[in-house]
Amino acid sequence: MLAHVSKVLHWSAVDGPGNRLVLFLQGCNFACAGCHNPHTIRLCNDCGDCVPACPHAALSLVGGRIAFDPALCDECDLCLRACLISASPMTRQMSVDDVLDLLRASRGFLTGITISGGEATMQAKFVEALFAAMAADADLAGLSRFIDSNGHLGPRGWQRLLPLTDGAMLDIKAFDPATHQRLTGMSNAKSLASARLLQEAGKLYELRYLMVPGFTDTEPEIEALAAFARELGPGLRLKLNAFQHHGVQGAARDWPKMPRQGVEAAAARLRAAGIDNVVIPSVWI
Amino acid sequence: MLDGSQKLRGIVNDPALSPAQKAHALAVQAENLLPYPALDAETRAALDARVICDMYEGAAPYRPRYVLADFSVVLRKGSCWLELPPPETLDEALNTLMIAYHHVPSITGMPVFIGTLDALLLPFCEGVSDEEIYRKIKLFWRYIDRVLPDAFLHANIGPTDNPVARAILRVDAELGQIAPNLTLLYDPEISTEALLARAVTNITECSKPHIANHPIHAATFDEAGYGIVSCYNALPMRGGASTLSRVNLREVAQRAQGVGDFLTTELPRYVELCARLMQARIDYLYDQSGFFESFLVEEGWIDRDRFTAMFGVFGMAEAVNLLQDKAGLAGRYGHDAGANALGLKITEALAEMVAARPMRNVWRGRAMLHAQAGLSTDADATPGIRIAYGTEPDPVTHVQALAPQHRYYASGVSEILTLDETVKANPEAVLQLAKGAFAAGFREFTANVASNDLVRVTGYMIRLSDVARHDAGEGARTNTTALGAEAARLTGILARKPRVVGLERDAGTR
Repeated sequence: MLAHVSKVLHWSAVDGPGNRLVLFLQGCNFACAGCHNPHTIRLCNDCGDCVPACPHAALSLVGGRIAFDPALCDECDLCLRACLISASPMTRQMSVDDVLDLLRASRGFLTGITISGGEATMQAKFVEALFAAMAADADLAGLSRFIDSNGHLGPRGWQRLLPLTDGAMLDIKAFDPATHQRLTGMSNAKSLASARLLQEAGKLYELRYLMVPGFTDTEPEIEALAAFARELGPGLRLKLNAFQHHGVQGAARDWPKMPRQGVEAAAARLRAAGIDNVVIPSVWI
Repeated sequence: MLDGSQKLRGIVNDPALSPAQKAHALAVQAENLLPYPALDAETRAALDARVICDMYEGAAPYRPRYVLADFSVVLRKGSCWLELPPPETLDEALNTLMIAYHHVPSITGMPVFIGTLDALLLPFCEGVSDEEIYRKIKLFWRYIDRVLPDAFLHANIGPTDNPVARAILRVDAELGQIAPNLTLLYDPEISTEALLARAVTNITECSKPHIANHPIHAATFDEAGYGIVSCYNALPMRGGASTLSRVNLREVAQRAQGVGDFLTTELPRYVELCARLMQARIDYLYDQSGFFESFLVEEGWIDRDRFTAMFGVFGMAEAVNLLQDKAGLAGRYGHDAGANALGLKITEALAEMVAARPMRNVWRGRAMLHAQAGLSTDADATPGIRIAYGTEPDPVTHVQALAPQHRYYASGVSEILTLDETVKANPEAVLQLAKGAFAAGFREFTANVASNDLVRVTGYMIRLSDVARHDAGEGARTNTTALGAEAARLTGILARKPRVVGLERDAGTR
């Protein structure tokens, strides 16, 4: 079994507790206009549009398939701009053993692994196999296993993953169904159900909420967020993220950035509503 | 170029220098009016070409570069020379240290080592509450920064977890001063996880302390121990280093035809010339300066047999990349396994050559290899064995690339990891990084958190706001700020990757 992997990081302080190896899987079941990693949404269709866009000749078409030479790449990302379908020619296929090798090589530096994306749970079978292999490996069993997800996974999927998962970061993009549909192209019913299920199982490490001016920073949205957080119960870690332009493509670049004072005001309201553990960004760009 | 008296006049009339700073600068100029210790023609030529470098320590060495006095002596016995009785209380002990510091010289004119403070002070803390210790340490810390304002000045704590070490970490984060610089000696068998966690939280707040891998250092030295001083130099306690000279590996690589020529001809040549340069300076210090006729030796604060010679190297990144170019290889230092292996090979060759070269009046008869952290005037060579600025990989890859070389740099290798400020919300990530680095063989762990006002420039700390003020012509209270400002202008350190600068003296012109 192979995973479509968009990127691997050996150092991340923002994807769960401690330092984490982060595996960004390629492919997402949402199509968020404001996505800050839009090149992770779709799988490459080998159309070849990106080949002439690469100034370093790192891309070519071989037998009708895209071939990528990482040694020639200088990460200028011009190929991503040339892609019309929100995919990337720079992905790679990795086996469970490939990932275990990476983990072993950096073992002493790691607190754990986080599978992100794209949408991690779209390749749930791989995640399940990887986590099971980690748990069965004497050297790697001590690493915590986290998933960063949009929550668009049904209960049967979670039931297979959760026994092997230490924690999940789960995004709620909006509470109003129409707003959610507009922002992501999908319904939020599964995401809300996933948050409840994860909290019930004691595996919801962090609930994340992206504040987008005019969409999700509104009075009713923050009100709904407070109600939902209260419903999930005490001890919830609620992280507010601020919409920024970094990485964003297309029409959403014309949306205003989320100002710091708006996030701080929302955090204050949530705390006043009894949500103790509200976290706001540590860096403002 | 300015002539001698213009230079002196410039110092005297410089409105940005205090009278004390002027006196020190004038003394440096006066020393350099004397003839240099006798050098053979080949050594002289290599020095003039700056393939080897004497760190501008001056023409007449009249005190060792770094002195690590054993302050436990004066705390135990007092001092006849200074007419000090042995202290009995914590207040008396602190007062004794404050007096003692003024009598221990170094290349900077100020002490570079103020002791392993918890070990020194704990005997006086029986029955003293943690709160009282904290209050007294806070006054002491303020005194150090205001009276001995030099960021090369270095305090050590650890490896045990104890109330004095805790008070020092609390005060240090609270005050955010450049002096003293601080190193925690960390031993996973002795230090608690909580102590390391507290140190790491401090790093995310003020980029201090630096953390030393105590088991590795302890095994390098003897029972009398060691201290970490100035820009993370590990040196014998009750001694220090007479001198530090260095080889510019980039310059040597430029003179070599290829890797083979570099390793068998050019590098051995300049290692030998650098050893001759150091010996000439050490001979002057021991045979002519009269330094060791001091009460410091008589009363046992220092021992003339415990001074090493630091054999520094720098510009490894440029040397490796040049040699790769000459071999037609594209791999760059820090990023490519082949280039990293070449770096290791050069380091192994250096260690062998330095271990084979006898030195007179040097601890254990051999110099100690040192990855030298840089001078504020080094514009085209990366400090020590570091990866070139602006090209560093992520911190984990960074540590893994350099760790195999660390074991050879017995007198210290400072590698600064720049971490972005997201770690402030997740100090556990830094803790994990430090543990991984030590397990991989890093001798020391030093991190800079990108948005901190307080940053490490070479090994010493500067405040970015001070640099801005200095550049606006307002002068600065601290000696090292001018060096930091110079380094910032010449080397672009503030662009992103803080680097090390170690210039205490007059660099003159190349």
